[in-house]
Amino acid sequence: MIQQKIREKAKELLSKKEVDLIIGFGEGTLPLRATPIFIRTPEEADRLIWNSFCESNLAIYLHKFSQFKVGLIVKGCDARSVIALSLEKRFRTNPVFRIGVPCQRMVDRRKVKKAVRGEILEAYEEGDQIIVKGDGFQISLNRDDFLYHSCQVCTHRNPTHADLLVGDPFEESPLLEIPPEVREFEEMSSEERWRFFEKETSRCIRCYACREACPMCYCRECFVDSSRPKWLEKSLSPSDLQFYHIVRAYHQTGRCSGCGACERACPMEIRLTYLTRKLNQDVKELFGFETGIDPDAPPPLSTYETEDRQEFIK
Amino acid sequence: MKLKLDKNELKPFLQSLIEDYDVYAPVELKEGVSIYKKIDQPEEINLNLLNPQKPVKEVFFPQSEVMLRYERAGKRSQVALMEEVVRERVIFGARPCDIQAISVIDEVFLGKDYTDVYFLHKRKASTIIGIACNHPLSTCFCSSTGGDPFSRKGSDLFFIDLGEAYIAELLTEKGMAFRENRFFKEASSEDLTLAQQIEEKASKKTDASLPIDGIEKRLDQMMESPFWDRIHEKCIGCGICTLLCPTCHCFDIMDEDLAGKGQRVRNWDSCLSTLYSQETSGHNPRPTGRERTRQRLMHKFNYFLKNFGRIACVGCGRCILYCPVNFDIRQVIKEIQKAGDS
Repeated sequence: MIQQKIREKAKELLSKKEVDLIIGFGEGTLPLRATPIFIRTPEEADRLIWNSFCESNLAIYLHKFSQFKVGLIVKGCDARSVIALSLEKRFRTNPVFRIGVPCQRMVDRRKVKKAVRGEILEAYEEGDQIIVKGDGFQISLNRDDFLYHSCQVCTHRNPTHADLLVGDPFEESPLLEIPPEVREFEEMSSEERWRFFEKETSRCIRCYACREACPMCYCRECFVDSSRPKWLEKSLSPSDLQFYHIVRAYHQTGRCSGCGACERACPMEIRLTYLTRKLNQDVKELFGFETGIDPDAPPPLSTYETEDRQEFIK
Repeated sequence: MKLKLDKNELKPFLQSLIEDYDVYAPVELKEGVSIYKKIDQPEEINLNLLNPQKPVKEVFFPQSEVMLRYERAGKRSQVALMEEVVRERVIFGARPCDIQAISVIDEVFLGKDYTDVYFLHKRKASTIIGIACNHPLSTCFCSSTGGDPFSRKGSDLFFIDLGEAYIAELLTEKGMAFRENRFFKEASSEDLTLAQQIEEKASKKTDASLPIDGIEKRLDQMMESPFWDRIHEKCIGCGICTLLCPTCHCFDIMDEDLAGKGQRVRNWDSCLSTLYSQETSGHNPRPTGRERTRQRLMHKFNYFLKNFGRIACVGCGRCILYCPVNFDIRQVIKEIQKAGDS
């Protein structure tokens, strides 16, 4: 069982002092949730869990713990973020020890909640089913019908370049070829696209959870927080909200692993990945580059060459 | 006074309110996402969700509020204050915890030290129609924070859902103004018995067991405790728990300038953001998540209690429900007890 293996490896790494701490997932306090935990002793390692609710991209914590030797539990997308961060030279002093777990794809807790009438008080997995229980009901749901969009289209479930792998790799076959949110967006006219973008961003409360949940958002000062110069105001005016969301997405170009953490974090359920996915797709088509796959390939948008290879730039 | 409103009369009742007042009520923006908003049609209301994401404080203290506008005309400057409330308001369908939270903010904005006119005017112009929570969520813990799912405190009128009708209790002078309302009728003794049964059942459902008594004394001893080194670790430093908190009331005032004119705006602020405590010199007295998380909890469970005699948490559970990393304030309250007792 994967969970058992994760615990064993964590114990081993901590006993041999190969890492100072392990960052992984523990039991959440709510149904359908796991929560990030920080394990420092072999005795605590039995708190580590693995299931389809381990939705966070734990690479975000690498910034906070950069002074430590971290053992990080990584899914495919998290591993890609680690590579992308390494390419940006974030871990010069302490390389990260990646405990890779091939990902079974994560369950979209909101999708589950919306499919069930009444409050879910307990949820667990049984084979390919999710069993949810509440006051006077018990329902069995097909796990594959309740996955995150980003997981349905994922082509890198197996962590790339992990220092060790727990569990057997999956065959890399996405459940959906084209991200539905990108296809829908592409099929819209430019006016419809704007209206869609306008409507989604209008719910923004500027909590910046999308920024904070993203491992690639680590600027010492985010442009929204800058007061000299002040790039934008801090109110809820549509133009400020739109400005924030456009720049946030564009800063991800060629850097986003497509993990979907931004969208999962949003309390107002603003759709965000249609933009970052589309940008990922463009970068792949134009530069033949995918974030976090090749640890030596420089990210195309932060590379300068006098002789650019791409014809469309010249 | 206890009256009754048949559910098929709800829409005409709301329609009549809309004619006489600005009516604010929970409105769904997208499946599962709602806020309190001014409505133009009774159909816009959605009472199925217990608490909207954004609390009712927003009606009295908007997330982004223009305080004044200024304009230079020739050699003279004109300033327009924006503190007036033109039309009387009704807030329909707010839950007891959210209404409690308004009285928490009253302590600060309408306290003995100063009066916030923007808040005051909206407060005065408002009649609050609260609605009981027949089915509180498992994340609700109002019973641990001095409230309960049927708490009438702060409501002018209070509705109890009986299935086919609402009991409408008129509780204050503002509420009694609805005594002659044509949509209300006499409640039968069966109706009142049913309401009481529902109340008894619901009140047992919320968690009343959290160790909040004496929490400020425990926290007094914990300012420099290693407890804070660990508790903040998983917090990613977004502002969800503070912005969506019905009692959090910090704001930041900004001048938005344009050539020759501009406006002064106040926006909700969050103690979990780095910028909140950043000083002009560049020094930040709360440099990491450790100090910021401590501030959030200290303010709710220690400072506020010392200043105003009650904690600044009403147990609505929003910070638990919407936290991206499942930081659970109930768990923290329990751990404070353990840490304080050890």
